[in-house]
Amino acid sequence: MELVKPEIGLVFWTTVSFLILLFILRKYAWTPILASISERELSIEDALSKAEAAKDEMARLTNENDQLLKQARIERDLILREAKIVKDQIIGEAKDAAAKEGAKMIEKARVEINSQKAIAMADVKNLVAELSIEIAEKVLRKQFEHPHLQDELVADLLKEVKLN
Amino acid sequence: MDKGSIFKFKKIQYLLKVAVILILAIPFSAFSQENKGSEKKEFNPKEVILEHIGDSHYWHIVGPYKIPLPVIICSDKGLEFFSSSVFADGLQTYQGKYNYKLVKDKILAVDAAGNEDLTAKIYDFSITRNVAAMWMSMAILFGVFISVSGKYVTRKGKAPKGLQSFMEPLVLFVRDEVAIPNIGHKHVKYMPLLLTMFFFILISNLLGLIPFFPGGFNLTGNIAVTITLAVITLITVNFSGNKYYWKHIFAPDIPKWLYIIMVPVELIGVISRPFALMIRLFANITAGHIVVLSLISLIFIFNTLWMSPVSVVFVVFMDTIELLVAFLQAFIFTMLTALFIGMAVEEHHH
Repeated sequence: MELVKPEIGLVFWTTVSFLILLFILRKYAWTPILASISERELSIEDALSKAEAAKDEMARLTNENDQLLKQARIERDLILREAKIVKDQIIGEAKDAAAKEGAKMIEKARVEINSQKAIAMADVKNLVAELSIEIAEKVLRKQFEHPHLQDELVADLLKEVKLN
Repeated sequence: MDKGSIFKFKKIQYLLKVAVILILAIPFSAFSQENKGSEKKEFNPKEVILEHIGDSHYWHIVGPYKIPLPVIICSDKGLEFFSSSVFADGLQTYQGKYNYKLVKDKILAVDAAGNEDLTAKIYDFSITRNVAAMWMSMAILFGVFISVSGKYVTRKGKAPKGLQSFMEPLVLFVRDEVAIPNIGHKHVKYMPLLLTMFFFILISNLLGLIPFFPGGFNLTGNIAVTITLAVITLITVNFSGNKYYWKHIFAPDIPKWLYIIMVPVELIGVISRPFALMIRLFANITAGHIVVLSLISLIFIFNTLWMSPVSVVFVVFMDTIELLVAFLQAFIFTMLTALFIGMAVEEHHH
């Protein structure tokens, strides 16, 4: 029975010591320790949520970048297409202009040729006329050197004329 | 872990221990009775064991060496201080305000003939072995936790290191597994008490397991210590009790005529819960010490060296169990205290 009979002295000292232990540890150990632990837990939680937010932000930015890239690509394609159209147009226009110019020049050359030809023809005609006249003059002079020949000719002519 | 299964598990463990004590106690008393007749001074395990698990005015170091501890006597004639060395191991009486004698490690006032003087009202407030051991445990706790607490300041915002990283999981265990599940969001107020209880019981249990000086005391297996801790729980629980707690005791939702039975039952419950705490810790730790000492005593009972391997194997086995019990009992005590506080501060009644 000795074992289960609490002694007053030990009860007293346990009470006093335990309460002192409780108050000192509460002030100098538990409060700072628990405060630090919960502070650290909060900071870890905060860091985790921040990391999550950063990840989201990163994803958003990447997405935005992709969007921008896609848009840029579309724009580039558009610009290239436009440029091609413009190029084709310019080339076409140049071709047309060149063709027109060529045609004009050909026409001009033709006109020139024709006019030159006409001039040349006129010269040739004149020369022929002169030569003809010269020949005719010479012939006529020869003819008129012999009067009997004139008579003969008149006679021939008269013979040929049929009087109706 | 489920609360119900803890109770059940503890109950089984407790019953087992009681059974072991009873089995071991029978042959010892038989031995001690037999030995009375023999001439040679026989080894009396009961005496040895009771001396070890009880309190003492000396702190035994090794062999014949022991530290005499201060004696403080408060009697109707006033306070007295003297060293326990004056008793010379109980062989001498000491003449103070009364004539004191040390009988079985208890100080008694005796008359001239050496019989107990029942008229003298003396209270022994001595610094006994248990008080000294308790202060040593507390000094260790102060040293450990104040240095750990300092680490939290110097290593602010960094990961715990060294002793700090060893203690932090235990502190977190008490907070996350004991306080929060049982008390809920109001746990912050009770954390210092629960942590102090847990670590005080744990360190006392562990130091008690060390078989040589300065360990080997039986502090948490002393009813005076467990009753104090249980009373602290009782006071904390009842001072924390809200209106639902008191309504549950004095005005439960049952027919009025049942109050005559239910109110006394509930009031018994208020007392029996800390009472169970007191008995559980006391019985577990004392039983562990008794079993270990009994196993060692077997060598001396059989009086042969050949018994020692058997004893040592069993003692090592028991010590490993006691190591578990040391943690388990600290946990159970704290856990149940948290549970009772949780019941007292619960907002809605069921």
